[in-house]
Parts: sequence; C-alpha cells; structure tokens
Amino acid sequence: MLYAVLCYNDEAVTSAWSKEEDDAVMAKLAVVNGRMAAKGKLGPVARLLPTTAATTLRKTADEPIVIDGPFAETKEQFLGFYVVDCRDLDEALGFARELSIANPGVGSYEIRPISAYFPAQLKT
Amino acid sequence: MTDQAWMEAALATARPQAVSALLRYFRDLDTAEEAFQEACLRALRTWPKNGPPRNPASWLIFVGRNAGVDTVRRLKRQTELPEEDKLSDLEDAEAAAVDRLDGADYRDDILRLLFICCHPDVPPAHQIALALRIVSGLSVRQIARAFLVSEAAMEQRITRAKGRIAGAGVPFETPGAVERSQRLGAVAAMLYLLFNEGYSAGFEDAPGRAPLCDEAIRLGRLLLRLFPAEPEIMGLTALMLLQNARAASRFDAAGNAILLEDQDRTRWNRKMIDEGLALVDKALRHRRPGPYQVQAAIAALHGRASTPAETDWPQIELLYARLETLTPSPVVTLNRAVAVSKVGGPGEALAMIEPLADRLSGYFYFHGMRGKLLLELGRGTEAREAFNRAVALAGTAAEAAHIRIYLDRLVTDTAAAKLRGAQ
Repeated sequence: MLYAVLCYNDEAVTSAWSKEEDDAVMAKLAVVNGRMAAKGKLGPVARLLPTTAATTLRKTADEPIVIDGPFAETKEQFLGFYVVDCRDLDEALGFARELSIANPGVGSYEIRPISAYFPAQLKT
Repeated sequence: MTDQAWMEAALATARPQAVSALLRYFRDLDTAEEAFQEACLRALRTWPKNGPPRNPASWLIFVGRNAGVDTVRRLKRQTELPEEDKLSDLEDAEAAAVDRLDGADYRDDILRLLFICCHPDVPPAHQIALALRIVSGLSVRQIARAFLVSEAAMEQRITRAKGRIAGAGVPFETPGAVERSQRLGAVAAMLYLLFNEGYSAGFEDAPGRAPLCDEAIRLGRLLLRLFPAEPEIMGLTALMLLQNARAASRFDAAGNAILLEDQDRTRWNRKMIDEGLALVDKALRHRRPGPYQVQAAIAALHGRASTPAETDWPQIELLYARLETLTPSPVVTLNRAVAVSKVGGPGEALAMIEPLADRLSGYFYFHGMRGKLLLELGRGTEAREAFNRAVALAGTAAEAAHIRIYLDRLVTDTAAAKLRGAQ
C-alpha cells in the first residue's frame, strides 16, 4: 500500500527560521528519510513554498475563478495532488483548468510552488 | 531545534498580531508591550508543562489582556483612578471571540501597528528602528548593532519616537478602503526602507545588518497573508526576495562589491528566487502595475537568467521605461540607460544620460556609468575625466576601488596603444 504523509505546521514560524536552523531541521529529516529510502520504501518528497506564493483555481458554474492565496475552505477535503514542471503560473493554471473541466462537480486546485523536490526511491 | 528555540520562534511570530490586538485594547503602546511581555513570561513557564496552545497568538492576547488589566488595576490603587473607558471592550463579545482569532479579522490591527511607526513626524530611519522594536520585537542592543550606534543612543532614539507617536494620537477606528490602501502604501515604503538599510550595507557591516533584510521579508510575507490580493505587496515581497537571493555573491573575499554580471550565479539562493518569481507571476495577473511590481519584474528577469548572456535586456528596457512613467526620476533613467546600452549600444545610452548631467552631477553612479559608456565608445580621455569625478564622489572605499579598476585599464590600454604606435 502506498501512503501519502502530509505535513502541517505554522509557516510563519518555519519560514522565519534562520538558514542554520532550517538546515538543522532538514538534516534531521534527511536521516529519517534515509532509513526509508534504504529500504526502498520512499516515494517522491516535496517541500512547498509558503502559502503566500500559492494561487487557487476554484470551479464555479461558469468560468473557474482564480483566487490569490491557498485553498482555505473547510467543506472540501484534500484528495490528491500532481507534481508538474511548468514555466510559469499561467502554464500551471492552464493545467489546473483542464483538470477542472475533466473532473465532474465542484472543487478547487491550489497551485503551490515546490521549494525542494526529491524523486522517488521506491524498490518496485 | 530545541523546544526552547521553537517556543522563542513561536513567540516572535505571534508578536505582531498579539501586540497589535493588545494595543487596540489598551490604546497605549507601553501598556500593550508590557502586557505582551508578561504573557510571554507566562508562556515560557506554562507551555513546557501543558504543551503549546493550538493558536499561540490568541493565547498570548488572552493572557496578555488579563495581565494588562491587572497592571492597570494595581496602578489604579497607587495613583488616581483611570477612566473606565481605558479598559473598554472588556465585557463585549470580543473576549469570547479572542479564542477563535482569525488573521483576517486582525489585519487592520497589525496594519495599524505598522502604520503608527510610519508617522511623518518621525524621521524615516527612526521609523524603521521603532518598527523593529515594537513590531518585530528586536532588542535595543540588536537594533543598535544593525544601525552602528551605541545602545544608549538607540534607546534614546526609540523613546523619543515613541513619545512623538503617543503625542500624535493613534487612529483606532477601523479604516475605510481608501485609508487602508494609503496605510498599506506607507507601510510598504517603510518595509522597503528597512530592507535597503540592511541590503545597502558594505561588506564589513553586511553580517550585522542582514537581519534587517530577513525582518523586512518576514513582515512582507505577513502583510501578504493579511492582504493576499494586493499586487503591490506581492511585488514588494518579491523584490526583496529576489534581491536578497543574491546576498551571498555580492562581495568577493576582499570585500569588494561584485557587479551583477560578474556574480557567481550558482551561489544565488534558488529558493528565494523561486518564491520571488511565483509572487511576480501572481502580481502580473492583476494587471495593476505599480513601482514595486515593475522593479520586481526586472529583478525576476535577472533571476531567471542562469548566465548574464541569457538576460532579457529588451524586456528589462521596456520595464524601466514603464518605471520611468510610474516614478519619474533621473536615477531610474540612469538605470534604464544600462539596459539601453545592452540593447542599442553605448552611443544611444550616452545620449540618454547626457541630459541628466545637471541633476546628477553629484552622483557617483552617474559619472561611473558615463565613464564606462565613453570607454566602450573609445573616448578614453573623456572616460578618464568621468572616472576621476566618480572616484572623488565615491561614498565608500569599495566604490572607489571599483572605479580605479577602469582607470587602471585605461592606463594599460593607453600604454598598449602607445606601444603599438611606436612599433
């Protein structure tokens, strides 16, 4: 079974860490990740930029609307994610727009830049 | 990171929101700061025992409020009775709502706290010091070190600035849309000033002043969380991130400034550049350009180029032209001329800056730039004259040293030419 482990914390605190503090946290996390990777059990890992860098595409009856900032509703749940390599925000929004058309019903897509990406190290 | 370090970071992060809410409540800066201080002391005592609260800011506001009320009550016994309205709002519904604090509800509080630091009666440099003390919670010692003055002098500066603010009367009513936008503009200018105070430091001072840049960026992100759809705040934060990303490559080992085109771009902070680029993209979608956005867009084009040759100079030239119409100034024209020299050649750039001679005759960069353009055009004698004037106007040893490199090059070139002539 593949699991996604989603990380939550106060970004105002984490983005205020000094480079030394940040590096120290990342080094400790790398040890934990390394153990999973050695067993061939670690999939892709991504660290995201702050939510201030996020844009949200929200489906409506008409054209989807684009909102500055992260997804903030509580009525909907986090169901899945994509990692895409785009030149800029417009290209990423274009992809999200296509997804929203292909998907029935309502829903939102938060587009958040990735600050650090580590590809999968799965055995199979 | 230890629990102690985590707690200190959490307290520092909650500070702007907590102090600004306490200020609205007590309507007195000193009382608000003391109440926050007391709440922090209680947090350091109880959080390790009971675990940290889910929302540190609301915890600190709640506890700070009670602590402040206690203090005011104690003072009441010692001195005359204060008017009841000093303790306004205590019984209102807000006391219950404090548990459900929402950043959006408190954005005007934080904006007000930043805005009172921008009071026109307080000189700009003192505004920054005040914001660092009140909003960021830096110690007087830290601020004094960043401004290269003694602790006593900084203490006095901050006290005097606080006095001016208290005397001026703080606007506590909820601002209207126009007023809010004016406040945002004033606060943005103050943050960029704070950033530049750190960024324009020379090599020796750079490490001590770097926290000013970090703090400005932190407050920029804070404003962005409160006002997520303001393109100029996106532009300002992007501009600071994109500039700060180059900090590590700006000086050589001897402390000489390295020009943008000579910097080791692998040492640029990729994460900051990516965040800056993302914010520029977001801002541009609003189609409401402003000076910060345009400057950020220029910095973004530099950030996107992995080598100087990949720089999109035609686009940069257009952006500077835009900046010239938004904020006309001879210095902007001078910067535009740099782009023009890359796109249209040194002759065109020189023609553009010659009319600025009267207004920029005392400006180091004008003569340096003029010298370089003349040098490129092969007008050695005039170039030397311009470089000599630049050296005379240099503000720092590093600036002068930079120009001397060109003067040395001129001497070598002349010698080589003479040699060639003699042969």
